[in-house]
Amino acid sequence: MSNAMQELYQQVILDHYKAPHGKGLQDAAAGSACGESHQVNPTCGDEVTLRVEVDGQQITGLSWDGQGCSISQASLSVMTELTQGASVADAERLGEVFRDLMNTRGKGLDDDDAEDLLGDAVAFTGVSQFPARIKCALLGWSALRDALVRGTSVTASAPHTTQEIS
Amino acid sequence: MLSPAELAAVRADFPLLARTLRDDRPLVYLDSGATSQKPDPVLDAEQDFYLQRNAAVHRGAHQLAEEATEAFEGARRLVAGLVGVDTDEIVWTSGATAAINLVAYAMSNATLGRGGEAARRFALQPGDEIVVTEAEHHANLVPWQELAARTGAVLRWFGVDNDGRLRIEDGVITPRTKVVAFTHASNVTGAISPVAEIVRRAREVGALTVLDACQSVPNMPVDLHAFDVDFAAFSAHKMLGPTGAGALYGRRELLAAMPPVTTGGSMVEVVTMSETTYAPPPQRFEAGTQPVAQIIAMGAAAQYLGELGMEGVWAHEQQLAGELLQITDIPGIRVIGPTDTTDRLAVVSFVVDGVHAHDVGQVLDDAGIAVRVGHHCAQPLHRRFGIAATARASASVYTTADEIATFRESLAGVRAFFGQA
Repeated sequence: MSNAMQELYQQVILDHYKAPHGKGLQDAAAGSACGESHQVNPTCGDEVTLRVEVDGQQITGLSWDGQGCSISQASLSVMTELTQGASVADAERLGEVFRDLMNTRGKGLDDDDAEDLLGDAVAFTGVSQFPARIKCALLGWSALRDALVRGTSVTASAPHTTQEIS
Repeated sequence: MLSPAELAAVRADFPLLARTLRDDRPLVYLDSGATSQKPDPVLDAEQDFYLQRNAAVHRGAHQLAEEATEAFEGARRLVAGLVGVDTDEIVWTSGATAAINLVAYAMSNATLGRGGEAARRFALQPGDEIVVTEAEHHANLVPWQELAARTGAVLRWFGVDNDGRLRIEDGVITPRTKVVAFTHASNVTGAISPVAEIVRRAREVGALTVLDACQSVPNMPVDLHAFDVDFAAFSAHKMLGPTGAGALYGRRELLAAMPPVTTGGSMVEVVTMSETTYAPPPQRFEAGTQPVAQIIAMGAAAQYLGELGMEGVWAHEQQLAGELLQITDIPGIRVIGPTDTTDRLAVVSFVVDGVHAHDVGQVLDDAGIAVRVGHHCAQPLHRRFGIAATARASASVYTTADEIATFRESLAGVRAFFGQA
């Protein structure tokens, strides 16, 4: 097993994959602001539907259902833990930091504050060495960003789709 | 069958096979169904054209232009020879996708009245039927969906059995069927289609037949005249040639009656300000500057395969199919497609219980083994089996039984790595 592989499949990722948090769509409370997003990665068939409930500026409910590889599923699970109960602004900020992490080609952010913020999501640093897997790690975060737009804004955004490569 | 010495000599022709990756592991390339590696004679042919003969073909009164044209048309002879057709029945395209789209758009143009009376046989009326199969690559499905949408024709299809074989049932091809487009061999299941049976049914109702021969041409003897198909498409890059080139075979009298699709330079006879008459095929379908160097290299690839002998290549392929199918002995592995070596290519797609295809591919990649993961441009076929993605190992003439043994060994450890065994 190469170092890169060990960095990719951190134990925390495999653990989240085996026992994912937030999996199974929950009905939103009546009258709450609710946003839903369906994301697909056509290159590998990964799919997720994510539902977010927002009360004022607070995420009060987050659940998802989908199928996909260990990276996409674990990333959704970690993201659920990090953003459940967080403010919308914090969740969006976290998503930005995570996206930045995915652009580091395995080097990490070299920023203690950012890494504190990311918590378990730091385990995905190794993913950024594998360009084909970055999209897997971002699937859930893309769904969250899209669902928040839908749940907090009166103007619905177009669903995010990725270009098919075949 | 290729002898060990022959196989070693073949491998020596493919420089890329010697490289290592991911911590100096030797490459085990099992993704030839996506694109094949290229032997020296192909690489040399492409380079030699630019170094020695680069000029515009079919024009110019100088020696370079003569030599370029000769090499360009020589490639057509070589490719035609490999698939058992006449030289003027090969139309150059940018690939198999373009070849299939060419037929579909020519039918559209015929439907609009282009090509006159002679092209009426290509025209579709609302309610006419187009038949495909559930096993098609998107390249032999989406163009027909689009043609149906443009003409009001109805798309119908043959289904696929649980073992990945086409289910050729009565009532799919009907008197209203105008074209039957089907794969010679599935790029997912590896199953070889019953070509004679499908062609017979299409002929009975006077329907045109279009064969996707991308997977078969590199791996088995293909005699398109003997198959009696009307059209066939295949790409250079899957048959040891370069990207950017491919071929459409069309029966001579059909090509002669077919209206052009892409129009412009090089495909005309007489052009006035108001109208144009078109060159005979194949030039009628080759507007604009062709990828000349790539086409010449495609000819070199056809020559390379021809010299190896497709019977021997096919025997090697069948042996490798048997080697690949031994993965069914590994617990938790399910093959999507036939699990016996009868009428199948060495293209084996599979799922691993509890592990996503992408993760399977990652573990194999770490061992230097290249497989494809995903839906392999065949979403309906995957949906038919209730799965989003498979991993696929596909062999070529340069693949060895030892490489496949390495693959099986790595694959056997995948479930344990993800805590599934």
